[in-house]
Amino acid sequence: MTVNKEVISIFVDNQANVLSRIVSFFGRRGFNIDSLTVSTTHNPEISRITIVCHVDEQELRQIITQTEKLEIVREIFVLDKEDSLYRELLLMKIRVDKSKRSGVIEIANIYRAKVIDLKKDSMLLELTGAPEKIDNFMEILNCYDIVEVCRTGATGISRGLDGKTQESYENIA
Amino acid sequence: MKLNGSQILLECLLEQGVDTIFGYPGGAILNVYDEIYKYEAEGKLRHVITAHEQGASHAADGYSRSTGKTGVCFATSGPGATNLVTGIATAYMDSIPMIAVTANVGSNLIGRDAFQEVCITGITMPITKHNFFVNKVEDLAPAVRNAFRIANEGRKGPVLIDITKDVTAALCEYKPAKPFQLAKAKTPNALAIEELAMMIKASKRPMIYFGGGVIASDCVKELRQLVEEGNIYAAHTMMATGVLPYDHPMNLGMIGMHGNVASNSCIQKADLVIAIGTRFSDRVALNTGHFAANAVKVQIDIDRSELGKNVRIDLGITGNAGSVLRRLLPLIERVEHPEWDAYVKEKKAKMRMIVKAKDENMHPGEVIGKICDLTDKDTIYVTDVGQHQMWAAQYVKHLAPRRFLSSGGLGTMGYGYGAAIGAQVANPDKRVIHITGDGSFHMNLNECATAVSQNLPIITVIMNNNVLGMVYQWQTVFYGKRYSQTTVKKHTDYVKMAEAFGGHGYRATTLAEFEEAYKAALQNEGPSWIECIIDPEERVLPMIPNGKTIDDAIVE
Repeated sequence: MTVNKEVISIFVDNQANVLSRIVSFFGRRGFNIDSLTVSTTHNPEISRITIVCHVDEQELRQIITQTEKLEIVREIFVLDKEDSLYRELLLMKIRVDKSKRSGVIEIANIYRAKVIDLKKDSMLLELTGAPEKIDNFMEILNCYDIVEVCRTGATGISRGLDGKTQESYENIA
Repeated sequence: MKLNGSQILLECLLEQGVDTIFGYPGGAILNVYDEIYKYEAEGKLRHVITAHEQGASHAADGYSRSTGKTGVCFATSGPGATNLVTGIATAYMDSIPMIAVTANVGSNLIGRDAFQEVCITGITMPITKHNFFVNKVEDLAPAVRNAFRIANEGRKGPVLIDITKDVTAALCEYKPAKPFQLAKAKTPNALAIEELAMMIKASKRPMIYFGGGVIASDCVKELRQLVEEGNIYAAHTMMATGVLPYDHPMNLGMIGMHGNVASNSCIQKADLVIAIGTRFSDRVALNTGHFAANAVKVQIDIDRSELGKNVRIDLGITGNAGSVLRRLLPLIERVEHPEWDAYVKEKKAKMRMIVKAKDENMHPGEVIGKICDLTDKDTIYVTDVGQHQMWAAQYVKHLAPRRFLSSGGLGTMGYGYGAAIGAQVANPDKRVIHITGDGSFHMNLNECATAVSQNLPIITVIMNNNVLGMVYQWQTVFYGKRYSQTTVKKHTDYVKMAEAFGGHGYRATTLAEFEEAYKAALQNEGPSWIECIIDPEERVLPMIPNGKTIDDAIVE
């Protein structure tokens, strides 16, 4: 079976231990998490977790049907790739002096990244965008002396009012 | 009405119809035990103190398996709580509803490595359906009520409630409440059921393979109807032992590693396999790719994550097995399959007969046969784990569900004595027979003290072959007879030990001696042990090695 990158949204009760329940669950079932974001929603009782992982169809089915059994899970669904938007935040520290500074700024401008800190021998860049854009940005800047990188991991949401998808696992013929 | 946390806990248990708690007191749970003292004096509850918290958790499990009710066990913080873990995991693997209540240190001490502090909610996260950490007394009653709901809703299982010591003393308004309504399982898909009915009608070699879900969803009658009205042979997992009587003509017997030749052969030949409340575990589907290779596979389970989890299936139906069968039965017409009958008949003839032991030793099958002949039909058999467990599964004349209690999924040696205590406490009018091996028995034989103090007439039959038989058997077959750590040179005098505990001990080397001892044990008050000397070379057969099929079975 082919392995795909999947973005899974989980609505959970906003209470202590919830994150550890989800993470421990993925861990013990052997599902590797690429990235995970979590925050409260407009409803203070509910938190939203976004998990990105590389899985095949059978594993995805297991993730959904096993996770939905957890008492703290209110809803879980896979985001439709075509009909959802994903964003991620990158912070990147580069060792750079004035000789190469303008080259970095040029690339940053093309990607609409912001320079949020400037020292005489370093620079801190901030970029928000789709994960692929961030990948590309990092690749381009790879020829510079990158000191530290911090990515939040993707979070995602469906377009429009009914874009949320929940696959039926009833008949799996 | 203002009550303290301990009273609220006990009141909430009474709301749920709990009559018995198995447990062990300690520092953090002192307030609760102070209330138990009063509740017991008023005759509202019975508390059974075990020798070890593990025994309490197995007792709650045995109580639940033998009655269908939710078992309850209590332990204090730290080691008390961790001692419950094996019992909770046992219940989790076999989907047994159980509530484990632990007290923790006071909330002001939580997280400071206080005396007897352990994060039991963290430890039990993977082995409970859910757990609660209660550090506010207002949260206590909702936690207990939800715990019972969760333990029984959908696929059943254990729930743990950890309560800080200050909560057990804090006062709070208490209002009695009825048990929460359980969420109904999803209505099964009608089209899928129709499709299944058509498959059954068209099949030339249909077969049912059912598991513990049939007992959990209480549809023994419906399953039997499907077997009889549909003229469909059925094999069962160890967990579903007793659902069909052992001598039912359509019963092919236990399936899996040590299952019958008939059930294991037929499932490879069948063109339709209907799996009901069972999960194609690795002890049944030893080779997931070849298991039931010629069959269209249909799986019915209340837990949809089980559908196709271990073995690829063709049709999955999510739902309570009972409600699926009740919808399926009206669509079933009897179909004759003479060729299939002939095949099954031939395979059934190969069912293992009880062989006579050579020399003076007893064969375990003979011992178990004797027990069945001499004991009331409505007897509860409890086992530990190992060779004796398989012999008991194979040779006991099983007649009814909830009468064979055994640790299936987790395979917990030491399960038996605690579970037997739970079963005997829950069923004072029934005979409880604990069949064990010398290895398993040594793990938790301390519970004999409980059986004596509670005056429980449990008869323990110890198949003593002086080796750790199941591992020894594997070492014989797969490890060139290198008996690493399995030829334990124990010198336990079981008769003296039974007497030292205050029970009755017997030793039997021949079947005649066994019969005499057993007849005496049946008359005893309090527990009895009968040590049966078994040949260490006696194996559990047939045996299908891991990853293999019936074609590779070792039968002699």
